[in-house]
Amino acid sequence: MSTLVAHSVYLTDRSVRNLLRQPIFVFVTLIQPMVWLLLFGQLFKSVVEIPGFEGSGSYVEFLTPGVVAMTALFSAAWAGTVYIEDMERGVMDRLLASPVSRGAMMNGTLAYQSLVCTAQTLVVLGVAWLMGARFSWTGVAVTVVAAILLTLIFAALSNAVALLARQQEALIGISQFTALPLTFLSSAVMDPKLAPHWIEVAARFNPLDWVVVASRETLLGSPDWAAVWPRLGALVVTALVMGWLATRAFDSYQRSA
Amino acid sequence: MSTTSSPPALQAVRLRKAYPDRKGKSVVQALDGLTFEARRGTVFGLLGPNGAGKSTTVKILSTLARADEGTAVVAGVDVAADPGGVRRRIGLVSQRPSSDPAATGRENLVLAGRVQGLSKAEARQRADRLLDRFGLTGAADRPVRTWSGGMSRKLDVAIGLVHRPEVLFLDEPTTGLDPEARAEMWAEVGRLADDAMTVLLTTHYLDEADRLAHRLAIVDGGRVVVEGSPDELKSQLRGDAVHVELSSPEDAELAAKVLGDVPDLWDVTTEGAALRARAHTGARAVPQVFAALDAAGLAVESATVARPSLDDVYLQHAGRSFQEVA
Repeated sequence: MSTLVAHSVYLTDRSVRNLLRQPIFVFVTLIQPMVWLLLFGQLFKSVVEIPGFEGSGSYVEFLTPGVVAMTALFSAAWAGTVYIEDMERGVMDRLLASPVSRGAMMNGTLAYQSLVCTAQTLVVLGVAWLMGARFSWTGVAVTVVAAILLTLIFAALSNAVALLARQQEALIGISQFTALPLTFLSSAVMDPKLAPHWIEVAARFNPLDWVVVASRETLLGSPDWAAVWPRLGALVVTALVMGWLATRAFDSYQRSA
Repeated sequence: MSTTSSPPALQAVRLRKAYPDRKGKSVVQALDGLTFEARRGTVFGLLGPNGAGKSTTVKILSTLARADEGTAVVAGVDVAADPGGVRRRIGLVSQRPSSDPAATGRENLVLAGRVQGLSKAEARQRADRLLDRFGLTGAADRPVRTWSGGMSRKLDVAIGLVHRPEVLFLDEPTTGLDPEARAEMWAEVGRLADDAMTVLLTTHYLDEADRLAHRLAIVDGGRVVVEGSPDELKSQLRGDAVHVELSSPEDAELAAKVLGDVPDLWDVTTEGAALRARAHTGARAVPQVFAALDAAGLAVESATVARPSLDDVYLQHAGRSFQEVA
């Protein structure tokens, strides 16, 4: 067990070090969520004035959880890139032929993605605050936790796809076919009560929406915990299942090696 | 021949492995009953063209793939029964570069040492020693992506050695290197094997196998076609190799018929306009060859006589010239 933790830490450390060595990449990683917030914040500014729009306060306050979730998903969708690069070189084979367990290899990339997600989430919340939004500390904590859980789900999916398909192009598929639809089949940028009923139904099964709802409920104070807890629970369960499935994908990689 | 009774460092017994081909329609039989044994402390070479089954063998022995049939024992541990035990005892230098290009050489070595269970201090010390030994200290703190191919390949070997493995796999260690880097790599590999470590070298370079391997197995079609030390293999071929270049494949065919009657000349084969044969004493056979060809009105472009090479061994056992397939 302690070996698993130690190996996970070494591999996380490797990814963090490689990221920090590319200042441009750090810059893009942190700027991108700001752009979403500013862009959508301006574009959809007047939706709060549509009759029937629920939610109090400004659109920025409404939008912030949506941008947090969207950013987490978009970053996580590319998590498998590390595996693809390792497979193209002999790094993956070398690690698989060493005492490093598959679990540690999975943990290493998931922990790294969680750190990136935490930084991005705090940037979004900080920029929103500068734009006049005000949040509760409980909400900040719930938002960070929920965003990390979403990251784990989609980073694990991305890793699994990387191991099964072994090409970068397959990862483009994830961001194209899951990230955008999931963003718009949710309450991320729009009150679903104003959307067709089927979207509201679809949102109930959308992990991205679970994050948005849990975060929005808690950020603005006086949360309805009955809406928050089941969604956080569902995120935890989905993350565990996805992590397990993704670790299983190593078997497929080795069978066809 | 050997009287050592210690168990072999590597043992592969009748390994079979089939892969579906790219389209998944048919099956490629990568290994078809491959068997060999390597003694501790030696460099054992697997020589063969691309697709012969060398890399599949390395994948099975290093726990990256499972054999369909057969058994493999590495450093006394069965790969199927205890892959974890094998992984602690081996180092793998795969065909492709196995360092992280974004990390420095030193970081690569330290990380490799840590995952193999060395403490931070041990891993750093070991990294320093290996960098020094491979002449990489000057570049140690630059990212590997800025290194030359030869340096990066040496780092791959150093990474494989970081935990002092009992068995080191070197899969095509010099493919893609320039001649100078190749010579340096040969010198390093030559120093590797000692009592504590056995090296399994795969290569499709005849000269590399000849130079580095204590014993080697020639692999073709997923099987070992012949095994022995390079000298043994060459001396099994009695006499010298006679190589005659004619002006056309048709002439070569005719020449082969004519030379069938020359005494003390055997194993006459042709490939294109080239003719190969064996003779007890090449120098004595050549005048007779010239006389016979001259009498038949066939023009000789060139003729050489040489001690048998591994290429001749390969031709003898695989039924075709190595250069043709490699």
